[in-house]
Amino acid sequence: MFIFAGIAVLCAMAMALVRLVLGPTAYDRVLAVNLFGTKMVLLIAAMGFLTGRPDFLDIALAYAIINFMGCVAFMKFIRYWTRAENAGK
Amino acid sequence: MTEALNLASLIPGWILILTGSGFIFTGALGVLRMPDLYTRQHAAGLTDTLGSGLLLCGFMLQAGFSQTSLKLGLIFLFIYFTSPVAAHALVNAAYSRGQRMQPVDNRVNAEENAASNMP
Repeated sequence: MFIFAGIAVLCAMAMALVRLVLGPTAYDRVLAVNLFGTKMVLLIAAMGFLTGRPDFLDIALAYAIINFMGCVAFMKFIRYWTRAENAGK
Repeated sequence: MTEALNLASLIPGWILILTGSGFIFTGALGVLRMPDLYTRQHAAGLTDTLGSGLLLCGFMLQAGFSQTSLKLGLIFLFIYFTSPVAAHALVNAAYSRGQRMQPVDNRVNAEENAASNMP
Protein backbone atom coordinates (compact mmCIF):
# COMPACT_ATOMS: atom_id res chain seq x y z
CA MET A 1 0.00 0.00 0.00
CA PHE A 2 2.85 2.38 0.72
CA ILE A 3 4.38 1.44 -2.62
CA PHE A 4 1.15 2.49 -4.32
CA ALA A 5 1.21 5.83 -2.54
CA GLY A 6 4.89 6.26 -3.43
CA ILE A 7 4.23 5.56 -7.12
CA ALA A 8 1.30 8.01 -7.22
CA VAL A 9 3.43 10.71 -5.59
CA LEU A 10 6.28 10.00 -8.02
CA CYS A 11 3.90 10.41 -10.98
CA ALA A 12 2.71 13.72 -9.51
CA MET A 13 6.32 14.88 -9.13
CA ALA A 14 7.06 13.93 -12.75
CA MET A 15 4.07 15.97 -13.94
CA ALA A 16 5.21 18.92 -11.84
CA LEU A 17 8.62 18.66 -13.52
CA VAL A 18 6.97 18.75 -16.95
CA ARG A 19 5.11 21.89 -15.96
CA LEU A 20 8.40 23.31 -14.65
CA VAL A 21 9.96 22.88 -18.08
CA LEU A 22 6.93 23.85 -20.15
CA GLY A 23 5.39 26.69 -18.15
CA PRO A 24 5.33 29.84 -20.26
CA THR A 25 5.48 32.27 -17.35
CA ALA A 26 7.78 32.26 -14.35
CA TYR A 27 4.80 31.95 -12.00
CA ASP A 28 3.99 28.55 -13.49
CA ARG A 29 7.50 27.45 -12.61
CA VAL A 30 7.18 28.71 -9.02
CA LEU A 31 3.92 26.82 -8.78
CA ALA A 32 5.61 23.66 -10.04
CA VAL A 33 8.44 24.02 -7.52
CA ASN A 34 5.99 24.47 -4.66
CA LEU A 35 4.04 21.39 -5.78
CA PHE A 36 7.26 19.40 -6.09
CA GLY A 37 8.29 20.37 -2.58
CA THR A 38 5.00 19.33 -1.03
CA LYS A 39 5.05 16.01 -2.84
CA MET A 40 8.64 15.49 -1.70
CA VAL A 41 7.42 15.66 1.90
CA LEU A 42 4.90 12.90 1.24
CA LEU A 43 7.49 10.83 -0.60
CA ILE A 44 9.93 11.07 2.31
CA ALA A 45 7.19 9.99 4.72
CA ALA A 46 6.27 7.03 2.46
CA MET A 47 9.95 6.05 2.18
CA GLY A 48 10.20 6.17 5.95
CA PHE A 49 7.36 3.71 6.21
CA LEU A 50 8.76 1.48 3.48
CA THR A 51 12.26 1.22 4.91
CA GLY A 52 10.95 0.87 8.46
CA ARG A 53 12.80 3.91 9.81
CA PRO A 54 10.50 6.45 11.46
CA ASP A 55 13.33 8.98 11.69
CA PHE A 56 12.54 10.15 8.15
CA LEU A 57 9.54 12.06 9.46
CA ASP A 58 11.82 14.63 11.09
CA ILE A 59 13.40 15.23 7.68
CA ALA A 60 9.94 15.53 6.12
CA LEU A 61 8.81 18.10 8.67
CA ALA A 62 11.99 20.15 8.25
CA TYR A 63 11.66 20.07 4.46
CA ALA A 64 8.01 21.15 4.61
CA ILE A 65 9.01 24.20 6.65
CA ILE A 66 11.95 25.02 4.36
CA ASN A 67 9.83 24.69 1.22
CA PHE A 68 7.12 26.97 2.57
CA MET A 69 9.58 29.61 3.73
CA GLY A 70 11.44 29.56 0.43
CA CYS A 71 8.31 29.93 -1.67
CA VAL A 72 6.89 32.76 0.46
CA ALA A 73 10.23 34.60 0.42
CA PHE A 74 10.37 34.31 -3.36
CA MET A 75 6.83 35.60 -3.72
CA LYS A 76 7.54 38.50 -1.42
CA PHE A 77 10.49 39.36 -3.64
CA ILE A 78 8.25 39.19 -6.72
CA ARG A 79 5.73 41.49 -5.12
CA TYR A 80 8.05 44.16 -3.84
CA TRP A 81 10.82 43.60 -6.40
CA THR A 82 13.42 45.66 -4.51
CA ARG A 83 13.89 46.03 -0.81
CA ALA A 84 13.92 49.80 -0.56
CA GLU A 85 12.03 51.32 -3.48
CA ASN A 86 8.72 49.59 -3.76
CA ALA A 87 8.17 48.27 -0.26
CA GLY A 88 4.78 49.23 1.03
CA LYS A 89 3.04 49.81 -2.33
CA MET B 1 -9.34 -10.97 18.24
CA THR B 2 -6.33 -8.68 18.05
CA GLU B 3 -5.86 -9.61 14.40
CA ALA B 4 -9.45 -8.63 13.65
CA LEU B 5 -8.90 -5.37 15.50
CA ASN B 6 -5.72 -4.73 13.54
CA LEU B 7 -7.49 -5.42 10.26
CA ALA B 8 -10.40 -3.19 11.23
CA SER B 9 -7.99 -0.36 11.92
CA LEU B 10 -5.95 -1.00 8.77
CA ILE B 11 -8.76 -0.96 6.20
CA PRO B 12 -9.79 2.69 6.80
CA GLY B 13 -6.07 3.53 6.52
CA TRP B 14 -5.89 1.82 3.11
CA ILE B 15 -9.03 3.60 1.94
CA LEU B 16 -7.63 6.96 3.01
CA ILE B 17 -4.29 6.27 1.31
CA LEU B 18 -6.01 5.26 -1.92
CA THR B 19 -8.24 8.34 -1.89
CA GLY B 20 -5.34 10.64 -1.08
CA SER B 21 -3.23 9.16 -3.86
CA GLY B 22 -6.11 9.63 -6.31
CA PHE B 23 -6.45 13.29 -5.35
CA ILE B 24 -2.71 13.90 -5.61
CA PHE B 25 -2.54 12.30 -9.06
CA THR B 26 -5.59 14.23 -10.27
CA GLY B 27 -4.21 17.50 -8.99
CA ALA B 28 -0.89 17.06 -10.72
CA LEU B 29 -2.70 16.08 -13.91
CA GLY B 30 -4.73 19.28 -13.59
CA VAL B 31 -1.55 21.33 -13.27
CA LEU B 32 -0.34 19.75 -16.49
CA ARG B 33 -3.54 20.18 -18.48
CA MET B 34 -5.08 23.46 -17.33
CA PRO B 35 -4.79 26.44 -19.71
CA ASP B 36 -3.90 29.29 -17.36
CA LEU B 37 -1.86 30.14 -14.26
CA TYR B 38 -4.93 30.76 -12.09
CA THR B 39 -6.66 27.52 -13.02
CA ARG B 40 -3.41 25.64 -12.50
CA GLN B 41 -2.99 27.14 -9.05
CA HIS B 42 -6.58 26.20 -8.27
CA ALA B 43 -5.89 22.57 -9.18
CA ALA B 44 -2.56 22.47 -7.37
CA GLY B 45 -3.56 24.26 -4.19
CA LEU B 46 -6.81 22.46 -3.51
CA THR B 47 -5.70 18.93 -4.25
CA ASP B 48 -2.33 19.51 -2.62
CA THR B 49 -3.93 20.23 0.73
CA LEU B 50 -6.66 17.61 0.54
CA GLY B 51 -4.54 14.82 -0.94
CA SER B 52 -1.71 15.40 1.51
CA GLY B 53 -4.19 15.48 4.39
CA LEU B 54 -5.86 12.23 3.41
CA LEU B 55 -2.56 10.50 2.72
CA LEU B 56 -1.07 11.57 6.04
CA CYS B 57 -4.21 10.56 7.94
CA GLY B 58 -3.99 7.16 6.23
CA PHE B 59 -0.37 6.86 7.31
CA MET B 60 -1.39 7.80 10.86
CA LEU B 61 -3.98 5.05 10.96
CA GLN B 62 -1.42 2.57 9.63
CA ALA B 63 1.12 3.57 12.26
CA GLY B 64 -1.22 3.19 15.21
CA PHE B 65 -0.94 5.28 18.33
CA SER B 66 2.75 6.09 18.71
CA GLN B 67 5.31 8.85 18.32
CA THR B 68 5.26 8.26 14.55
CA SER B 69 1.61 9.24 14.31
CA LEU B 70 2.28 12.33 16.43
CA LYS B 71 4.96 13.46 13.99
CA LEU B 72 2.67 12.70 11.06
CA GLY B 73 -0.03 14.77 12.74
CA LEU B 74 2.37 17.69 13.03
CA ILE B 75 3.27 17.44 9.33
CA PHE B 76 -0.43 17.24 8.49
CA LEU B 77 -1.24 20.35 10.52
CA PHE B 78 1.62 22.29 8.96
CA ILE B 79 0.74 21.39 5.37
CA TYR B 80 -2.96 21.92 6.04
CA PHE B 81 -2.44 25.48 7.22
CA THR B 82 0.42 26.67 5.04
CA SER B 83 -0.43 25.27 1.61
CA PRO B 84 -3.40 27.63 1.05
CA VAL B 85 -1.27 30.54 2.30
CA ALA B 86 1.45 29.77 -0.26
CA ALA B 87 -1.20 29.43 -3.00
CA HIS B 88 -2.70 32.80 -2.16
CA ALA B 89 0.73 34.42 -1.95
CA LEU B 90 1.67 33.19 -5.43
CA VAL B 91 -1.55 34.33 -7.06
CA ASN B 92 -1.43 37.68 -5.24
CA ALA B 93 2.14 38.28 -6.37
CA ALA B 94 1.31 37.37 -9.97
CA TYR B 95 -1.74 39.65 -9.97
CA SER B 96 0.21 42.54 -8.48
CA ARG B 97 2.74 42.14 -11.30
CA GLY B 98 0.04 42.42 -13.94
CA GLN B 99 -0.67 38.81 -14.84
CA ARG B 100 -4.33 38.49 -15.85
CA MET B 101 -6.51 35.52 -16.60
CA GLN B 102 -6.70 34.09 -20.14
CA PRO B 103 -8.84 30.99 -19.71
CA VAL B 104 -9.69 29.66 -23.16
CA ASP B 105 -9.32 32.33 -25.80
CA ASN B 106 -5.62 33.12 -25.91
CA ARG B 107 -6.16 36.58 -27.39
CA VAL B 108 -7.81 37.83 -24.20
CA ASN B 109 -5.27 39.65 -22.00
CA ALA B 110 -2.47 38.27 -24.12
CA GLU B 111 -0.48 41.49 -24.41
CA GLU B 112 -0.94 42.28 -20.72
CA ASN B 113 0.40 38.89 -19.79
CA ALA B 114 3.31 39.17 -22.19
CA ALA B 115 4.22 42.60 -20.79
CA SER B 116 4.02 41.50 -17.19
CA ASN B 117 6.40 38.54 -17.41
CA MET B 118 9.32 38.55 -15.03
CA PRO B 119 12.72 38.92 -16.71
